[in-house]
Parts: sequence; structure tokens; C-alpha cells
Amino acid sequence: MNEPKRPESNLENGERRSFLVASAALAGSAVAPGVMLYGIAQAKPAEEAVTNKVRWGMLVDTNKCATGCTDCVTACNTENGLSGKTGPQDSQWIRKVDIKNLQTGAQHTLPMMCQHCEHPPCVDVCPTGASFKRADGIVLVDRHICIGCRYCMMACPYKARSFVHEPLTDQNPEVPRGKGCVESCTFCVQRVDRDQSPACVEACDKAGHKAMVFGDLNNPESDVAKAVKAYATTEVRGDLRLNTGVRYQGI
Amino acid sequence: MARLSSWLRLAALIGAAAVLAAPSFQAAAGADKPKLEHGKGDKCVEDTDFMRRNHMELLKHHRDETVHQGIRTTKYSLKQCVACHASEKTGSVAATKEDFCAACHSYAGVKLDCWDCHATKPMAKQPGQADAQAEVKASPLMPNPQNGGAKQ
Ligand code: HEC
Ligand code: HEC
Ligand code: HEC
Repeated sequence: MNEPKRPESNLENGERRSFLVASAALAGSAVAPGVMLYGIAQAKPAEEAVTNKVRWGMLVDTNKCATGCTDCVTACNTENGLSGKTGPQDSQWIRKVDIKNLQTGAQHTLPMMCQHCEHPPCVDVCPTGASFKRADGIVLVDRHICIGCRYCMMACPYKARSFVHEPLTDQNPEVPRGKGCVESCTFCVQRVDRDQSPACVEACDKAGHKAMVFGDLNNPESDVAKAVKAYATTEVRGDLRLNTGVRYQGI
Repeated sequence: MARLSSWLRLAALIGAAAVLAAPSFQAAAGADKPKLEHGKGDKCVEDTDFMRRNHMELLKHHRDETVHQGIRTTKYSLKQCVACHASEKTGSVAATKEDFCAACHSYAGVKLDCWDCHATKPMAKQPGQADAQAEVKASPLMPNPQNGGAKQ
């Protein structure tokens, strides 16, 4: 996590950006004339399945992320009904990480959560097919299929997944959770599906930091696509070539 | 196949219950069914008979569509079943053996794991969640969450 930027990983990012833009342009040309491209990412009708025309992603600007601020974490806990405890057996879907480059002394603080990889290792190792990537890039656990083996937790380079060790009560009706399953950040899929941004992003905006930008990477008009096009951004552990949906700026 | 055999199983149970109940004449009205609280509104999302037999298939189908494809229609959503079928008394579909889902399942000897994760009560205001709930108000999934769907 504390890796200094390496030239080759920047190159890779550049390539990926141009690839994203190219694929978005392709998607655009497939749309009937007169249909607005941005329409695709917005307010999907409830009966329609998600498609790979959209790829949800996030850009975190570590220069705007405030040291000591945990509003994103609190908002996540509230939305998803997590206890907020941080013991080894407690679920954490997002956490704040403070990093320091020992050579330069540069310090940063950033939120770390499921990076919603294009090539998710958790999906590779899952023996039941419970770990999966939705067509629109959101990596999820189908907890109706999860047997709690926790291979995915081992495979995840970001330590993003938690296992529910104890029975739970009073879950949020919108976010079912229960003992015996692995879980992690869902990009607040229940909100995204009704065209809201994830709870963490909303909280960060509300706190005035605006360090997290969420949107459709495939839509060149979206804030997040514009930002990753304009700035040098980093994938954490970019060396693994997972093409993460969450990218960081300023580290 | 599976459904047929399970229906036979239920039929057999009902048969057995009817035989047991008959001598004491408690069979007079509707002894072929457990006593169920009437849902909100006047009808279910499909014919009552159809629901009695096929609700589990509807739920499992809808579950896969929602989780894997992000289809968020409300008709067969478990949240909607709970909103309409929560008991007047307990506010839940499965808190006691009299509550809707539990009443029939305990009668038929079916045990569900759904409630390990899924709330048995409709969306309601929880302490310290005022903000999050306010947003949910706008959710197409929950037409009327503030009153916990109590008087729809
Ligand atoms: C280990 C936890 C867990 C268990 C047990 C579980 N579910 Fe789920 N269920 C979930 C999660 C997580 C979702 C996804 C919620 C979302 O994305 O909105 C979900 C979604 C659903 C949905 C779609 C959303 C809705 O409200 O309609 C249905 C239907 C559903 N489950 C049915 C069931 C049924 C029926 C059972 C029991 C046989 C069950 N589930 C057991 C965790 C669980
Ligand atoms: C709009 C409110 C509403 C919703 C939503 C709803 N129900 Fe119903 N349901 C009812 C009513 C009212 C009845 C009673 C109908 C009657 O008496 O003919 C009923 C009857 C039933 C029955 C038959 C009970 C009996 O008498 O044997 C079952 C089973 C059932 N519902 C299951 C479900 C399930 C599962 C869901 C979710 C997929 C669901 N219901 C959603 C209102 C609703
Ligand atoms: C009229 C009686 C009745 C009512 C009311 C009822 N169920 Fe059922 N349900 C059954 C029977 C019988 C089975 C078992 C069928 C079988 O073995 O396949 C069953 C099975 C299920 C299953 C599949 C269980 C499994 O492990 O495969 C689910 C899920 C389910 N019910 C959900 C509900 C929910 C949710 C409600 C309340 C909204 C409800 N049921 C109300 C009779 C009922």
C-alpha cells in the first residue's frame, strides 16, 4: 500500500484509460442515434438487468481526504448495519489507512475497501460461484450460495472482506447480513441500483471534502471518467494487473 | 418434480391433520389450513392458491435476478412480502409462531434460514438512523417506509 509510484505502473494506467475511453466510444456507437449515451448510466428501469455498458468505479483523491476523518466509515456502517467495531472478528467494509513514504516522509490517509477489480482474485478462488462480478463491474458475494470457506478472504490483496462470526439481529431490511458468510463493500449496490451514490461518497461530499468521486468509468461524460482521464491515478497493487474499479490520486 | 413431491407432502400433512381434527369437530371452518393473519390489502401478488403452492419458487427466482442482474422490481421482492404480511401484533412475519410465514411453516414442518439475514419486519425508523432513513423515503422499493408499512 505504501508503494512509491513506479513509472511502469503509470504507463499501464495510461493505457487502461485510453482503453476505457475506446470501449466507451464503441458502446456509444452501438446506441441508436438520438439516444443519449449518458442515459445508459442513469436511472435504470427496475425490471432491466445491469449490463457491461456501465462500469462502476471510484476515484479517491488522497490530497482531499482528511486525516482523522472517518465520515465515510461511519456512513458505511450506518447504511449497511455494521457494528462499527474493529476487532479481528468484526466486519469492516471500508477502513481508513494512514500511509507514509519512509524515504520522502510524504504522509497520506485514504479509505480502503473492495477495489471492484475487473479480474477479481476472490472470484477466481471461490469454489461455489458465490463470489461474482456483476456485469456492471460490482464485485459481490451471493450470500445465498456462500458456504463461508473464506478462500476469497485469503485471495484478496486488499484485505477487503470480512466473515460474519456471530448471529446478527435487527439487520437493515435493505442490507441482509448473517452468520457464516463472507461479505464486503458492495458499492452500496442497493443505492446504486436506484441511482444514488454509495453512502461513503455521499458522506464525504457532505463533510465538504469531496475526496471520493463515484460514477460510470465507461461514460466519458461522467465526473469519474473525466477525472481519470485528466489526472495521473494509481491502482493500489497495480502490479497485480487486476484493473481495479477504485483508483487513487495523489499517492 | 421437487415441487410436486413437496406439495404431496403438504397434502399428506393436511390430510393427516384433517383426520386428527375431524373427531373433535374443530374441522368446522378451515381446519385444512393453519390460521393465518390476513395480509394487507385484499389480494396477494398472485392468486392465493398459486401463492400457497409456488411462493418459494417466485422468491428464489426473484432472488437470483436481483442479486446477479440487479433487477429491482418489487412484485416478488421478499421485502414486499414482509411489508404486507407483517403481523399487526408483533410487526413481524416470523417473530412468533402465529406470525404469517412462521405460522404456516411450523404447521408444515418447513424451516427457513432466510431470517438469519433478512429482516422479518418492514423498514422502520431505527434510532440514530434518521438520515439514512430519510433517503430511503425516496426509494421506489419501499413506497411508504416511515410508518414501517404499518397502515398501507
Ligand atoms: C447469509 C445471508 C442471507 C440468507 C441466509 C438469505 N439471504 Fe436473501 N439476500 C441476501 C443478500 C445479501 C441479498 C442482496 C440484497 C440486495 O442487494 O439488495 C439478498 C437478496 C434476496 C432477495 C432479493 C431482494 C428482495 O428483498 O427481494 C430475495 C428475494 C432473497 N434474498 C430471498 C431469500 C430467501 C427466500 C432466503 C431463504 C431461503 C434468503 N434470501 C436467505 C442475504 C441472505
Ligand atoms: C399487497 C400486499 C401483499 C404482498 C406484497 C404479498 N402478499 Fe401474500 N397475501 C396478501 C393477502 C391480502 C393475502 C390473502 C389473500 C386471500 O385471502 O385470498 C395473501 C396471501 C398469501 C398466501 C396464502 C395464504 C393462505 O391463506 O394460505 C401466501 C403463501 C402469501 N400470501 C405469500 C406471499 C409472499 C411469499 C409474498 C412475497 C413474494 C407475498 N405474499 C406478498 C397480501 C400480500
Ligand atoms: C400456506 C402456507 C405457507 C405460508 C403462509 C408461507 N409458506 Fe413458505 N412454504 C410453505 C411450504 C409448505 C413450504 C415447503 C415446500 C417444499 O418443501 O418445497 C414452504 C417453503 C418456503 C420456502 C422454501 C424453503 C426452502 O428451504 O427451500 C421459502 C423461501 C418460503 N416458503 C418463504 C415463505 C415466506 C417468506 C412466507 C411469508 C411471506 C411464506 N413462505 C409463507 C408454506 C407456506
